[in-house]
Amino acid sequence: MSALLTVEDLRVSFPTRTGVVEAVRGVSFTLGRERLGIVGESGSGKSQTGRAIMGLTPPHAQVTAKRLAFDGIDLLSAPPKLRRDLRGKRIAMILQDPKYSLNPVMSIGKQIVETLWRHEKVGRAEARKRALDMLAAVQIRDPARVFDLYPHEVSGGMGQRAMIAMMLVAGPELLIADEPTSALDVTVQLEVLSILDRLVAERGMGLIFVSHDLRLVSSFCDRVLVMYAGRIVEEIAASDLANARHPYTQGLLNCMPVIGADRHPLPVLDRKPEWAL
Amino acid sequence: MSLATETRPMTRREWLLSDRPQSRLQARLGRAYMTWRRFSANRLAVVGLLILLGLCFVAAFADLLAPHSPVIGNLAGARLLPPGSEGYLLGTDDQGRDILSRLIHGSRLTLAVVVLVAIIAAPVGLIVGAVAGYAGGWLDAILMRITDIFLAFPKLVLALAFVAALGPGIENAVIAIAVTSWPPYARIARAETLTVRNSDYIAAVRLMGASPARIVFRHVVPMCMSSLIVRVTLDMAGIILTAAGLGFLGLGAQPPLPEWGAMIASGRRFILDQWWVATMPGIAILIVSLGFNLLGDGLRDALDPRESGQ
Amino acid sequence: MTGVVSVENLSVVYDDFRALDTASVEIGAGESFGLVGESGSGKSTLLRAIAGLAPASEGAIHVLGRELRGSRREKAFYRAVQMVFQDPYGSLHPRQTIDRQLMEPLAIHGIGDGERRILKALDEVGLGSGFRFRYPHQLSGGQRQRVAIARALILEPSILLLDEPTSALDASVQAEVLNLLEQVRRDRKLTFLMVSHDLGVVTHMCDRLAVMQAGRVVERLSSADLVAGRIGEDYTRNLMVASKGFRRKTA
Repeated sequence: MSALLTVEDLRVSFPTRTGVVEAVRGVSFTLGRERLGIVGESGSGKSQTGRAIMGLTPPHAQVTAKRLAFDGIDLLSAPPKLRRDLRGKRIAMILQDPKYSLNPVMSIGKQIVETLWRHEKVGRAEARKRALDMLAAVQIRDPARVFDLYPHEVSGGMGQRAMIAMMLVAGPELLIADEPTSALDVTVQLEVLSILDRLVAERGMGLIFVSHDLRLVSSFCDRVLVMYAGRIVEEIAASDLANARHPYTQGLLNCMPVIGADRHPLPVLDRKPEWAL
Repeated sequence: MSLATETRPMTRREWLLSDRPQSRLQARLGRAYMTWRRFSANRLAVVGLLILLGLCFVAAFADLLAPHSPVIGNLAGARLLPPGSEGYLLGTDDQGRDILSRLIHGSRLTLAVVVLVAIIAAPVGLIVGAVAGYAGGWLDAILMRITDIFLAFPKLVLALAFVAALGPGIENAVIAIAVTSWPPYARIARAETLTVRNSDYIAAVRLMGASPARIVFRHVVPMCMSSLIVRVTLDMAGIILTAAGLGFLGLGAQPPLPEWGAMIASGRRFILDQWWVATMPGIAILIVSLGFNLLGDGLRDALDPRESGQ
Repeated sequence: MTGVVSVENLSVVYDDFRALDTASVEIGAGESFGLVGESGSGKSTLLRAIAGLAPASEGAIHVLGRELRGSRREKAFYRAVQMVFQDPYGSLHPRQTIDRQLMEPLAIHGIGDGERRILKALDEVGLGSGFRFRYPHQLSGGQRQRVAIARALILEPSILLLDEPTSALDASVQAEVLNLLEQVRRDRKLTFLMVSHDLGVVTHMCDRLAVMQAGRVVERLSSADLVAGRIGEDYTRNLMVASKGFRRKTA
């Protein structure tokens, strides 16, 4: 499997009034056409890792890496134009809440068509057809109706499907999903995940799935990176999670209340300062 | 961290910036210090503050600073002297009065107008807006329609009408300006209140059994303060100009009071030959207005509640 | 009527939207009762209606044997019933120190001895006096939620309404806060009414629960029944399946 994405010693830091805050401190991994999960709690740097790859880090932050390459293209030295062209066309990102990531004053269909036009020269009718196909692919029952709806007129689950449709319409090779289902109800969550799962498999995309939910990630991905305080503390095959070695991973797995397990009190994480070294 | 603080005495700065204040006073001072740091990072804002401190200083010590009497001139020997004349730095006016002295004494009037308007209009607007926003329903409708009526007239025209009814004079000008400048504050306070009133922390206070008055005055009003302070500061320039405008039209301060607007009015007759008579008070108004605007801009950055959350 | 909290056929209507539709629950003294459902199921609305934060249009609410009407509550109610909110970032006043926020309920009810009570409350939720004069922005999410719990407990209520108290927290912090809640319930013999979308959390914390959907209570059952799979409604079964996580359908 050739590497689609190579990340070596990625660092993201934010200068603040009280000093430099390092959100990501030396993250390295390679990604093929597979499903990779990045798990961690808030402040672990998991989202900033995804954003740095996408090039969506806030302008005042500093991003450095020994190597950050997508399909042989060095992303950090790439000119902004090339970076913009890659974004959306070959690398796409799904964010947590469709309420905030869809344009509220443009109909869903129009947004999908616009995304397509930004990256490909296609005719009006062709674009519309591809947008409808894409909406059908995310299992929206009546694509022609949803095409003309505005984001506030659809439910959260529908909005997130539209978001996925918009992100996948240009046929990206790498998809970064940052907590794509955390804002959704559990039953809807599963539908959206299975759609995402099918599309990723069918199209042979690479997927980076960023989430706080270790169980969800392990059931969805092939491989899991566990992040703590800006570093990867453990990399493990999802099927092998039960045998996690790092106490942080074990702690994360254990502290969730599970139906049927009668544990009072729940085991809590005893954070060791050396984990953050 | 706690070890380090025990082994060596904290500097005053560390004490202020401490993440774990030990007393109410330290917490409050620490917060004020953070605000000051944000404010002072903006150079222009500090310039604005200095201008206004200068104005206060001049107003406080006007008697000592002014070289001549502001009202009694030397009609015989010193009429319409140009700036730089012997003993008259900024020249004299048609009555032979030293313009510098009149400006120095006029700063008291300017300051008085600004302060009086602020302490009358801002609290009225704040209370009307916060009560209307929190109560909602018919009370909101009534209070806001009244506000709308006041907003519907241009400020200067309404002030003119009030002064015409009450009679010219500096006190009536202050009242007229105050009456016409509270409605925007009510609007701002209401908007802030609407965003705050449905928040969980207000719900929590309601669940403690707090009375509506307590909720509005102790929990809602503090959240409106920062945007109101900014707005009032930025409005100060406008208030000075309105006061000057009324003075210029002869409806504000009456002669021989050295009000800056009235000074411009009396100087306009000789504007072509003796330009300094009208220009000097104009420059004074410009500098003070600029000071308030710069200060307001700085306060907006320093008091922004989104910023202070970090 | 034996319950300390009983809600009968309660409806809450906003304009033309029925947020709560003839819902009934009954909670016994010292019990921990859960309300489960997805967004829009009316579970939080039910909680807020009891607290007087949502307008009840039909039905009856009894708390500690007294009928509650409209959204007006007596002072005694607030000393008996307190609430912990979902969002730890939104439920503390951003411009007041922890000290001031804990002092407020005492001041409202004219309770003296504030100094000792505040220190005791902070100690009980595991924060210690070092946190007393901080502002909310100087605390983490879990610490804020502890402050919110301390604020609810400082009036020594007998009933605690919990509106998704841990859903905004990280998993490890959630475990700490759930343990804390269980601890104070044991120590103070509190009655809990807890809202959550997470079946795992509810079965962990509650003896009995009601499953809600679209403003209605669709099923009432005990946690033991749920664990053993003695489920009557398909909707509950769906929730149960969903909460077990993602399963790839093998072709």
